[in-house]
Amino acid sequence: MALFQKEETPMIDRYSWWEVVAIYAGIFLFLFFLLSPFIEGFLVSLKPLAQLFSSPYTFWPENGSFKAYFTMWDSVPGFGWYIYNSFLISIVSTAVVLLLVVPASYAFARFDFRGMGLVLGGFLAVSMFSGAVLLIPLFRLMRSLGLLNTYFAMIVPGVAFLIPSAIWLLRTYMIRIPTELNEAAYMDGASQFYTFRRVILPIAMPGIIVVAITTFIGAYAQQFVFALSFNSKTEYMPLPVGLFAYFGKQEVIWNELMAASFVGITPALILIFFLQRYLVSGLTAGAVKT
Amino acid sequence: MTKSRSAWIFAWALLAPAILYVLVIVAWPLVETMRLSFTDASLKKVTNYVGWRNYEKIYGETFFAVITRTFTWTFFSVLFKMVIGTCGAVLLNAAVPGRHLFRILTMPPWIVPMAIGIFMWGWMYNGQFGMISGLLQRFGLVDGPVAFLAYGSTAYWATIITDVWIGVPMVTIYFLAAIQSIPKDLYEAAWTDGASRWMRFRRITLPLMSPAIITMSMLSLIATFNSFDIIWILTRGGPSGETTTMIIDTYQTAIGSKKYGEGAARAVVICIFLSLFCIAYFRVTRRLAATDRA
Repeated sequence: MALFQKEETPMIDRYSWWEVVAIYAGIFLFLFFLLSPFIEGFLVSLKPLAQLFSSPYTFWPENGSFKAYFTMWDSVPGFGWYIYNSFLISIVSTAVVLLLVVPASYAFARFDFRGMGLVLGGFLAVSMFSGAVLLIPLFRLMRSLGLLNTYFAMIVPGVAFLIPSAIWLLRTYMIRIPTELNEAAYMDGASQFYTFRRVILPIAMPGIIVVAITTFIGAYAQQFVFALSFNSKTEYMPLPVGLFAYFGKQEVIWNELMAASFVGITPALILIFFLQRYLVSGLTAGAVKT
Repeated sequence: MTKSRSAWIFAWALLAPAILYVLVIVAWPLVETMRLSFTDASLKKVTNYVGWRNYEKIYGETFFAVITRTFTWTFFSVLFKMVIGTCGAVLLNAAVPGRHLFRILTMPPWIVPMAIGIFMWGWMYNGQFGMISGLLQRFGLVDGPVAFLAYGSTAYWATIITDVWIGVPMVTIYFLAAIQSIPKDLYEAAWTDGASRWMRFRRITLPLMSPAIITMSMLSLIATFNSFDIIWILTRGGPSGETTTMIIDTYQTAIGSKKYGEGAARAVVICIFLSLFCIAYFRVTRRLAATDRA
């Protein structure tokens, strides 16, 4: 993946000055579209409520301060818990996904028995259905398992929809591990399980880490429908649903809502900053190659 | 690879937990949805089978308007994602200083919890205090405040724009990878022959990234068709149902009005459409893979 490598600029890639201007203008427009909600959200978090609710609209904060970042904790006392819940749900979901997906991906990558292609297609089809369509039977299933209003009401269905893309990514990674390793282990008398556990798993570790990251981000980003439908207890609410608490009885405390949003997305932003190169290569490897 | 009996058992044993899990959490509810769609299930204790009545009810109602709206909404959203994604990928591929930073800066809408991004858009669309209406007034483009989510036509486009915003980063990065996997010597040959930058894009980049565009538009089609959070948080399907897509309609019927049977019938209709998309997707990817090998 040459996406983030530094290379020399050959003649063909030299631009005239107006081309450079056009490219930067285009990139600026493109990034402005993608980042404007965050810019506006950040400015809102700095503005006092009086300025927010005054006409005409003013772009820059007047007497801006980080006050909302301190008062937000008092307005919604459980806010810290929402972040904690979001993390807990994402971590447990990721662990369950890995437990199910690592062996399955290995099977898909190494063996080709009759019916496995069909199963792989079935897994992919699952990723194309939305949880929102299956809410009623899922609700009943959660109820009969006694999981309603627990963390598991959000984890158990969430995991099912995270499995397909994880399998797809990890299978692509594991296919590249040379089969000679399996043959050598077989010659030495290692059992199938021993080979998987002691030979393949250590080599596949970088791939497993990528899948863990993307799954964690997916679990963190997508907590909404199941949390909205299967859990009504404030103490188990994840961040996206918990943010509704800032929609108070009379009016929305927007500056605190935005401050809370920024506090809530910081972990995700830190993660991307450090892990973006893995993300890009992981995403493209899983999507481009079949 | 040995194809012994023990290998067979081992392979399926590795697969079994994941298969079982998905069967219980996805396949069984799918079957159950089909069963429910033939009942009058609701909050009442007693549930009766009612034959095709739930489907007949769909036929008589505004459901066709909802289906049409779902398709146009999905079409425009996917179209914009592809066009903006292609432009973005070409721009980010340009060898200018700072491109590594720009590539990182495209990712936040994709990585941040969807609901939070949508809250921010909700504020931007606010007529009295939001940025878009405020700036439009400042520059004299509109006379008074525009509450984008309060009118059917603007709410329709506002929800599309937010959906595009969430989808563009992944499309862009994927297209960027596709562009970068195009052999460099093709460009050099064209350059030596005096082809302009536009000609090189038109004759090399675009044709060679078209498999990526096709694959991505199929995937994007399915994801967009399923889009729920955006419309639900921004408009709840309103005003007066003008942003109600099939998913929203199903949710409102089943969860909002507690008409589980009718909701299930609507869910089945969605599943039929999704299955068609899935089949189309598998066909297209298989054909692309075949031409790739040839």
